[in-house]
Amino acid sequence: MALPVYASPLERVWYYTFRVLCILIFLFLVAPILIVIPLSFNVEPYFSFTHKMLALDPSGYSLRWYDTLLTLGISAPEDAVRDSSWWSQVWEQATWVKAAKNSLWIGMWATILATVLGTTAALGLSRPEMPYRRLIMALLISPMIVPIIIIGTGLFFFYSSACISPDNWLGWLLSPFLSVKGCLANSHLGIILAHATLGIPFVIITVTATLSGFDQSLIRASASLGANPRTTFFKVIMPLILPGVISGALFAFVTSFDEVVAVLFIAGPDQQTIPRQMWNGIREAISPAILAVATILVIVSIAMLATVEILRRRSERLRGVTPH
Amino acid sequence: MVDLTSAPEILRTADGRPLKSALAQAQRKAKWRAFFLVLPLLAFVVLTFIVPILKMLERSINHDGFSSNAPSMVAWFQDHPASADIPEDAYAALVADLVQMQKDKTAGAAGTRINYTVPGTISVFKAAARSADTLVPPYKEALIASNKMWGDPLLWVAMRNASSEWTSDFYMVSSDLKRNADGGVERVEDNQRIYLYLFIKTFVLSLVITVSCLLLAFPIAHWLAVLPMAKSNLLMILVLLPFWTSLLVRTSSWIAILQEQGIINDLMVWLGVIGDDGRVRMIYNQTGTIIVMTHILLPFMVLPLYSVMRVIPPSYARAARSLGATSWTTFRRIYLPQTLPGIAAGSLLVFILAVGYYITPALVGGADGQLISNLIQFHMSKANWSMAAALAAILLAAVLILYWLYDRLIGIDRLKLG
Repeated sequence: MALPVYASPLERVWYYTFRVLCILIFLFLVAPILIVIPLSFNVEPYFSFTHKMLALDPSGYSLRWYDTLLTLGISAPEDAVRDSSWWSQVWEQATWVKAAKNSLWIGMWATILATVLGTTAALGLSRPEMPYRRLIMALLISPMIVPIIIIGTGLFFFYSSACISPDNWLGWLLSPFLSVKGCLANSHLGIILAHATLGIPFVIITVTATLSGFDQSLIRASASLGANPRTTFFKVIMPLILPGVISGALFAFVTSFDEVVAVLFIAGPDQQTIPRQMWNGIREAISPAILAVATILVIVSIAMLATVEILRRRSERLRGVTPH
Repeated sequence: MVDLTSAPEILRTADGRPLKSALAQAQRKAKWRAFFLVLPLLAFVVLTFIVPILKMLERSINHDGFSSNAPSMVAWFQDHPASADIPEDAYAALVADLVQMQKDKTAGAAGTRINYTVPGTISVFKAAARSADTLVPPYKEALIASNKMWGDPLLWVAMRNASSEWTSDFYMVSSDLKRNADGGVERVEDNQRIYLYLFIKTFVLSLVITVSCLLLAFPIAHWLAVLPMAKSNLLMILVLLPFWTSLLVRTSSWIAILQEQGIINDLMVWLGVIGDDGRVRMIYNQTGTIIVMTHILLPFMVLPLYSVMRVIPPSYARAARSLGATSWTTFRRIYLPQTLPGIAAGSLLVFILAVGYYITPALVGGADGQLISNLIQFHMSKANWSMAAALAAILLAAVLILYWLYDRLIGIDRLKLG
């Protein structure tokens, strides 16, 4: 929007004030996220910039908090030689590394579950003949709307009663996925199911959005050319909706990777995840180690956002939609 | 020539079935096919979402702490209608139960149940159970002599209501109501209305957050909508980045910015706006909750506003200007009404999300920035399951009403993520 030539002086002033205002709001949005990056290199255990940092003195910066992420929780002394046995100890024992492994494992399975179930359901929901479409859609999206504390409370009650004795065959079959007592509470499976539920709305929303621009006659065209439904799905439908599916999967993964409340309610000590570890860190002793983790997470989220943006543009190009 | 007077022949398919029924069959088949695609997810969501919430609702009206541990009392209450005068045989039943409770170590559980409606009764139950086997008849005098609360009609009303495991007591307490001696319901004293106060505070804070989100989102959504596509796509990334960044990351960076030894205070001290001893407390209180939640929920306001503003034709505003309207009138009478769908969508969404927020108030809210969710968590941590469940059920009802409103006004299928 260029300034029109007939603008009065007052309007000119407003025009520039408005821009400054907008830039300030953008700053409010982004600055708090980016500020953790320099702060995480602080040599002091403070949450603020020291004079040395402001003077860009290299001695004011260090990687010590990143080092903490590797060494916290391992039994090797601080000055131990960093050989392969030290690294294997880090891999096995370090608190943050263990948390990262748990988070990735849970996130991966939750994403797979949410994406597979969500995409199939979105395919059904976008068919015009789907009965009770609106009601079912509202139900499937509600995990995003219902406060997580309510879901956590419900899961707590449900999981502590959802136990199966390892004595019968079903219990024996499921026992590797359940807690020692054979319950969903304090088990990885319990968290994976909960996180998948939380991720489903995102998959549904992104995939139905992609499908809304999908030309249904392509399916008929493919069938008339002799393709069976499976070929049609993999060769015609899937390539077109794939960007939406991947966006949805990434959303689902981020949801799981960042989820802490349900974990606090239903997880045991073996299910320490990154958000849970951060939560404890923020509540108890807040150290710049949190900011080091935060920096890593910010970089991950920038990468994910970039992926989704690229996919969105590709999808728009594929569907011949000019970006609007 | 076709004979038009005879009845028209029924249209048939190639294999001879009537076309109408063949079509109906095909449509039914398509319907089922669509439904079977959704079915696995539906079953999954019922198992991991609906069933837990039903469990929670059940918990909110069920508590067997008293009814399962005081069988003689339950039997006595069943046989005798409510009356102000409690006879000796009721006290005898009570003592029998207390003796048993001491053996089973369940006096605490029974007392806890009564304690929800008559505060301070856990210790009364425990003390009475400890000395129950030394009591001699008449039990009424003996018990009242040990603690005169046992003669309190309120306690008997509470015990009568607790003698069934099904109860609405937790909803009553959550609405700041209590029973009086005749079994009726009245409001608790003004200074004890904590739940109502917290519900109102949650709504007011959510409203404040919604309004501040709207005020901040409106200008940038407008700017994004009028900028050329390439530029606005680039700036849109700045809106989406917070959306993709971990909540805990955003919260911890706000702690770094707002705390008393944080960046803003350091900056103000350095600029000389405030002295080193006059550092402002901006976090671990209500202000902290509002600032951080506004930041976190802002993208949810920008996105719906933007998608509405993007399609508003600029020619309307130009027409208004050419007809002599001032820029303010143009904004107020032409532009603003057209953005209303976006304002409604964004505000409702932000409000819904704010009402149930837990993480941010818990981390940066301090003492006075806590919302209803934090109270639910508090009761969960104290093992007051039913109390937490009742509060959660009330919050759920509020959110579902708002969600229904959102679906009616905006339509759930128009929800977009970037």
